Amino acid sequence: MLTRSEVARLAALARIELSDDELDAMASQLDVILSAVAAVSEVASQDIPPTSHAVPLTNVMRPDVLNWVPRSQAMLAGAPDVENGRFRVPQILQEEQ
Amino acid sequence: MADELLSFDAVLERFDPVLGLEVHVELSTKSKMWCGCPTEFGNEPNSQVCPVCLGLPGSLPVVNAKAVESAIRIGLSLNCQIARWCRFARKNYFYPDMPKDYQISQYDEPLCFDGEIAVEVGEMAYQVPIERVHMEEDAGKITHIGGVGRIANADYSLLDYNRAGVPLMEIVTKTIHDTGAAAPEVAAGYVALLRDMVRALAVSQGRMERGNLRCDVNVSLMPKGASELGIRSETKNVNSLRAVADAVRYEMRRQGAILSAGGRVVQETRHWNEAGYTTAGRSKETAEDYRYFPEPDLVPLAADPAWVEQLRATLPEHPGKRRARLRTEWGFTQREFGDILAVPGALDTIADTVLAGATPIAARKWWLTELARRANEWGVALDELPITAKQVAEVQALLDTGQINDKLARQVIEGVLAGEGDPAAVVQHRGLTVVSDTGALEVAVDGAIAADP
Repeated sequence: MLTRSEVARLAALARIELSDDELDAMASQLDVILSAVAAVSEVASQDIPPTSHAVPLTNVMRPDVLNWVPRSQAMLAGAPDVENGRFRVPQILQEEQ
Repeated sequence: MADELLSFDAVLERFDPVLGLEVHVELSTKSKMWCGCPTEFGNEPNSQVCPVCLGLPGSLPVVNAKAVESAIRIGLSLNCQIARWCRFARKNYFYPDMPKDYQISQYDEPLCFDGEIAVEVGEMAYQVPIERVHMEEDAGKITHIGGVGRIANADYSLLDYNRAGVPLMEIVTKTIHDTGAAAPEVAAGYVALLRDMVRALAVSQGRMERGNLRCDVNVSLMPKGASELGIRSETKNVNSLRAVADAVRYEMRRQGAILSAGGRVVQETRHWNEAGYTTAGRSKETAEDYRYFPEPDLVPLAADPAWVEQLRATLPEHPGKRRARLRTEWGFTQREFGDILAVPGALDTIADTVLAGATPIAARKWWLTELARRANEWGVALDELPITAKQVAEVQALLDTGQINDKLARQVIEGVLAGEGDPAAVVQHRGLTVVSDTGALEVAVDGAIAADP
């Protein structure tokens, strides 16, 4: 059973703001989803490795060569805020405790 | 706030130190871990970025094969097992040094695991067990503006992502026991060994002062006779060999004072201050907070055993064995040899100079005195000085054959460093030869007397 406080913790980690009503709703809805997914464990035994990719590919690599054109202006142009060629972000931490 | 400290001896009477070291090594590949951007250090901010390393929607990472090869070679050098199959994992956290809001790393399936390496301190060898070597990417560089230049109270922060996505190896030890009073030196010796190893492998520049090699130091104390590990602190980014030893010693003394007074050590991240002490940082996140999951944008890595064996054949002589061999060949005392190891890069430059024909004593003399002083003044490493090992050997040869004396030799070195060419050329155009032909000398003396009777 997924608790309300667990959902609140997950929301905080994911930086999602949830109201009290939303927390209640999410806890019960996520719980239904989790139990539905848990059905997989009934058929998956220890000797079946969990799937992380649908396509059976390994070792997709590229050689260590440069593939790059200088385009910092274009890269910076998409940012909300820029200063002296650098991305500018709002204050990260408020005053230390 | 000054910490209470117990004397180092008193700590050792009551406790056994336990160490854990995490070393991050930035690889010197040409391109980044997941994209073709350059990894060069020190260029214009954000001049080496693309949609992949900025984490723009729709971009996809592709693994740099050279980085994988380098990681395997590091793992083999540390006597690790190489995973037949492993995956990358997504480590989620919100901090603007990673534009994707996650770092691609490895979690429960590292590429290399279960290794071991011997670290020599004085006449003793300590076995350092290796937990894992895994691959990940470096973060961008953050500058806090306003306040006092620190994160708290800053008005805002600026990001340069040139370093974001540079291949990074994390090398983690298991807990290291039974080092006793040598704990600080074992920690520093281990990091020095890794530095020399990655340089010998030519996989990283291994410069601590440039952040190519960074160390986090975990220290805890066990009361004598106890069987359970104590609570540890983790001191972050300890960036010189000396600081590694000092941080271990400081944490032993700080924790010793807390435990002796009946207190509890707080499990936390601490910061190393250059002035020689640690301060409390944030409480440590738990691994769950990062919500790791297999990286969906990358397929698994399956290192073919035949490839691993090919890479094993490329390993250079092990730095520990090389040191032992050179010390015997050169006939230095432990102390004389220790002085060489204390200067980054000196072992290599001296070895090259000996190969170029100088005696070990002469090679050691030049690199540890005149040239070390110069490197120090200019703030560069020995091998960055504009003089080669061959040129140093040539200066010594001129000295040995009596063409110049010690004082002139220093001037010749001066000339080579100033870009005046090879030693012979400097001697020529500065006119530095010692005149030992008595006939010529007598003529000159007679001439001088005749000119000014």
